[in-house]
Amino acid sequence: MSLTAMTLLQQFVLLLAALALFLSFVLLAQPRLVAAIHVFAWQGGLVAAVTLTVAMAGDASHLYFSALLTFGLKALLIPWMLHRLTRRLGLARHTETLTRPALVIMAAVVLVIFSYWVVVPMVAQGLAFTRNIIAVSLAVVLIGLLMMVFRQQAVAQVLGFMSMENGLFLAAVSATAGMPLVVELGVAFDVLVAMVLFGVFFFQIRESIDSLDVDRLNRLTETNEVEGAS
Amino acid sequence: MGTPGRPRGSLERLERGLCPSYAGGAPRMSALMLTLLAPLIGGVALILTRAPGPAGWLNLGVSALTFGGAIWLALSVGLQGSLEGAGFRVDAFNVYLVVLTAFVGMTTSIFSRPYMRHVCASGRISTGSLRIYHGMYQAFMLTMLVALTTDNLGVLWVAVEGATLATVLLVSLYRTPEAVEAAWKYFILCGVGIALALFGTVLTYFASQHVVQDPDAGLTWSVLYANAHALDPTVMRIAFVFLLVGYGTKVGLVPMHQWLPDAHSEGPTPMSAVLSGLLLNVALYAVVRLKMLVDGSLAETATPHLAGSLLMGFGLVSFVVAGLFLHRQRDIKRMFSYSSIEHMGLMTFAFGLGGPLATFGALLHMLVHSLTKSAIFVTVGHATHIAGTQAIDRIRGLIRTQPAVGWSLLIGVTAIAGFPPFGVFTSEFLLLTATMQSYPWLTVVLLSGLVVAFAGLFRHLHPMVYGTAPEGQQPVQANMLPVLLHLGLVLWLGLAIPSFLAAWLDSATQLITGSHLL
Repeated sequence: MSLTAMTLLQQFVLLLAALALFLSFVLLAQPRLVAAIHVFAWQGGLVAAVTLTVAMAGDASHLYFSALLTFGLKALLIPWMLHRLTRRLGLARHTETLTRPALVIMAAVVLVIFSYWVVVPMVAQGLAFTRNIIAVSLAVVLIGLLMMVFRQQAVAQVLGFMSMENGLFLAAVSATAGMPLVVELGVAFDVLVAMVLFGVFFFQIRESIDSLDVDRLNRLTETNEVEGAS
Repeated sequence: MGTPGRPRGSLERLERGLCPSYAGGAPRMSALMLTLLAPLIGGVALILTRAPGPAGWLNLGVSALTFGGAIWLALSVGLQGSLEGAGFRVDAFNVYLVVLTAFVGMTTSIFSRPYMRHVCASGRISTGSLRIYHGMYQAFMLTMLVALTTDNLGVLWVAVEGATLATVLLVSLYRTPEAVEAAWKYFILCGVGIALALFGTVLTYFASQHVVQDPDAGLTWSVLYANAHALDPTVMRIAFVFLLVGYGTKVGLVPMHQWLPDAHSEGPTPMSAVLSGLLLNVALYAVVRLKMLVDGSLAETATPHLAGSLLMGFGLVSFVVAGLFLHRQRDIKRMFSYSSIEHMGLMTFAFGLGGPLATFGALLHMLVHSLTKSAIFVTVGHATHIAGTQAIDRIRGLIRTQPAVGWSLLIGVTAIAGFPPFGVFTSEFLLLTATMQSYPWLTVVLLSGLVVAFAGLFRHLHPMVYGTAPEGQQPVQANMLPVLLHLGLVLWLGLAIPSFLAAWLDSATQLITGSHLL
């Protein structure tokens, strides 16, 4: 995977993608909720920038539209919705206590190595660039997953979910020059609806357990007594 | 989302795509449009309907209309061959699932009308929640039908994710802490799973770009299937792992099944019936379609059966683990959701086994399992209203209180446990025969799994239907028509599979495996 074998443009895309991966790490270990939302917005902006770069280089006009869509959705709308929700839920100054942050960062590093290991067999494709970009986006996806497992706060889990989506967008745009437009619109629609529903659930969860600490949602286990009717 | 728009400049391709079937193509397309537009328009109308009484009837009417469209579509596919164009593809395999989906959707809406009125009257939900319920019911039907009929792997993903979004609010409909917890778990687990499936879809698209020239056709299943041999096997192998884990989460394969018992037990019972009877099938359908692509791509490599082996492994583990978990359940709906996992595991195993006999058996099993399981959930809904609880320990003497419900539960469980003369017996027999042919030693595992599951169901069932009823237990107003219809059909399929259905399933088998059984 010699980096110098790539064109300047590919190196630039890879740089942006690597920055997005770096922001995944920041997101993972950021205890302050509002700061985490800002980091997420920056990550969305980076994904939009990657899309724009690919669009300008590859002369793929529909990618301009999807760059705009990504920027509007991931860098503006969703962070704004999350901001508003945290304010309405009184979580603007919320700081989560993280247990063993160093260990989790190490786990994330292992995930990055794992992602590179997964793409090793793709030698036949011969393209250093695609292999790198797929590995980086897979790492972003997996770190988002790790964040959902590791963070106990519902809003932080949603941030993990959304950064997984960022990783997916990154893969779709840079490895394949964008999905067909129908699919892209459908995915964006689903993400938006999911965000609205997450908002609804924040209130339902708070109503039911008086907090957004999802760890306290532990009534359903295999051995519990059953109560109530349906 | 209802009518996935066409990609840019696709009008000529649309025309071309329609051409092969254009002899009478317009009326055939309108059958499909009726099937898809009925739930779309009906869902919007139901969100706007304030009165709870008419809403139930409207829901029923819309579902019946959808079923009519599905029958029309099936007739046209049966008589004139598969229908392709405008981003849709309807062939023998998916049209049979379309009919099944629309049918179970319709019968469940018959049950749901009085059931939800009872729930609403008892003050557990407001009329506003009832509006959400009806709207989301139709939205769910729409996403299922789009997922089945679309030819585009990306749209398939969008529709399956849409199904999660449509049902997640229904799981938390009762707003109890348990219901909210179940819904959150469902949302997060399925969201993560389906995100991994999207990564697999992106990888598939990446592989197709080196083969398919037109980027807009790069995710079209028919095009990919025609070029499957040229897809890069390394990429497809990695992609399939992601796709299997992703869609497998929705199938309820162990160990990604955690959401399923919770969502089934905490949501309203009509929802459990359609989740178990339809959603799991559609997710499995997606897995089978993708397996067909991967099989084509890996045919020339050292591991041609990789996809099949993975399915067999996941299926067998789910089958055995769910059978064991059946024993320790205390909630009646949880118990039957584990039974669903068990049967989905069996089908996954059979599709993994491949070959015409196993595939035919799996298709038949999909059909009879959906019919039986949704009938059981309908009966369970009535039983929990009679007993006023979902706790197995406190549901007693159903036959004495209300014979119709008690006997239906008994017969339904007998059918799902695989006793003759019901259809589940036929399909399980076919599956065991197929296993005996290729992996004789696995029949031991399958048979003991079936026995364990049978014991798990009957040890709980016996005191619930027999036994003495607690004092003051009153019968409830129950509409047993859906149960009668479903169990009657399952009995019919067990006694004699009608020749048209056998031919239909056979042509689906031919599509999937490339060879006929009959």
